Amino acid sequence: MTLTATSFDWVRALVHKESAIVLQPGKEYLVEARLLPIAREKGLGDVSQFVENVRHRPDADSTRRIVEALTTNETSWFRDGDPFTALTSTVVPSLLAARGPNERLQIWSAACSSGQEPYTIAMLLEDALPDATRRVSITATDLSRAMVERTRAGRFSQLEINRGLPAPMLVRHFTRVGSEWEVSAPLRRIVTAKQCNLAAPLPRMGPFDVVYLRNVLIYFDLPTKQAILRGVRALMRPDGWLFLGAAETTLGVDDSWERVAVGRSSAYRPLKGK
Amino acid sequence: MIDDSKVMRRIVAGILEDLGYEVQQAGHGREGLDVLDGGWVPELVCVDWNMPVMDGLQFVSAVRSNPAWRQVTIMMITSESEHCQIVRALAAGAHEYVIKPFTADAIRDKLALLGLLPQGVVL
Repeated sequence: MTLTATSFDWVRALVHKESAIVLQPGKEYLVEARLLPIAREKGLGDVSQFVENVRHRPDADSTRRIVEALTTNETSWFRDGDPFTALTSTVVPSLLAARGPNERLQIWSAACSSGQEPYTIAMLLEDALPDATRRVSITATDLSRAMVERTRAGRFSQLEINRGLPAPMLVRHFTRVGSEWEVSAPLRRIVTAKQCNLAAPLPRMGPFDVVYLRNVLIYFDLPTKQAILRGVRALMRPDGWLFLGAAETTLGVDDSWERVAVGRSSAYRPLKGK
Repeated sequence: MIDDSKVMRRIVAGILEDLGYEVQQAGHGREGLDVLDGGWVPELVCVDWNMPVMDGLQFVSAVRSNPAWRQVTIMMITSESEHCQIVRALAAGAHEYVIKPFTADAIRDKLALLGLLPQGVVL
């Protein structure tokens, strides 16, 4: 049985309530694809049956898993490489020059999924700085508890490793563990993973020098985008740098940011006095 | 695209042709060298490791020993997945390494890393 309109609407409402993410009509296929493994695991033949069961008898575990399944995305290493190039060529050198020798740069990878983004940043900085473990800390957050656990573990399947990780970096920073690859202990020490719902009031963190909030805002409605950008700004240092996805901007959303070109990429910096 | 498996050659050649590449195929390293010797020097060679006559590692070393082929980028696509094997391939002169099984996206990601993704292709 395909997903009924009632089931889809219920899932949409649930996901919006829990994460503020908007599932547009027409995304029924996505709901079916993402929820089928959970339905099968529960011994049910189709997604509609699973959703109807949860709709009539909601339980915290099932609703959490539905939200997580629909809010996590496949990700790759060095996704849209320019914001990473900008980090090592411009952003980190300028921040290090402005900070004291004992100050640690704090970087936030928001919506980190299974960890490719924070570990990409960690690898680049480990290769660029002689004392990266002392000078940098990376906070990686995601809505999904499962993704936070995966990031913390720092283990990746062969298929994930194939997605854009340069081979020289693979051999330098990973070891083979069974059929998976595990990121090195120093990199895992730089990265701290924790759960965080961007659409809820943000926890005390930071202050951050750099924030990667890429390919996240596109999922939210305008008031939520504005609230997220306000919250992020409150956790950033006044001379910090914000990287958004290539299809995202603060323009027309929140006028308290200045867009600046960094190499072939763009970043956003808090406007003074706003 | 050098691989002793015709199926694998067809898959990778298909991905590359979809991106606008002109692709020639060879069944082992020696045949691959013959293509280069014949004057057809590509931007990219994708090469398997385990093949009859001349394996991928020998092919990489042979290409790297000829300055005329310095500009050729080499990507190994193989089921050899041990850390030490990847180190050997890179030390011999391969630029990238993809472990089988792989998806078309993985090939495109690697081409983007190598700066070989044709203009206009969006990942």
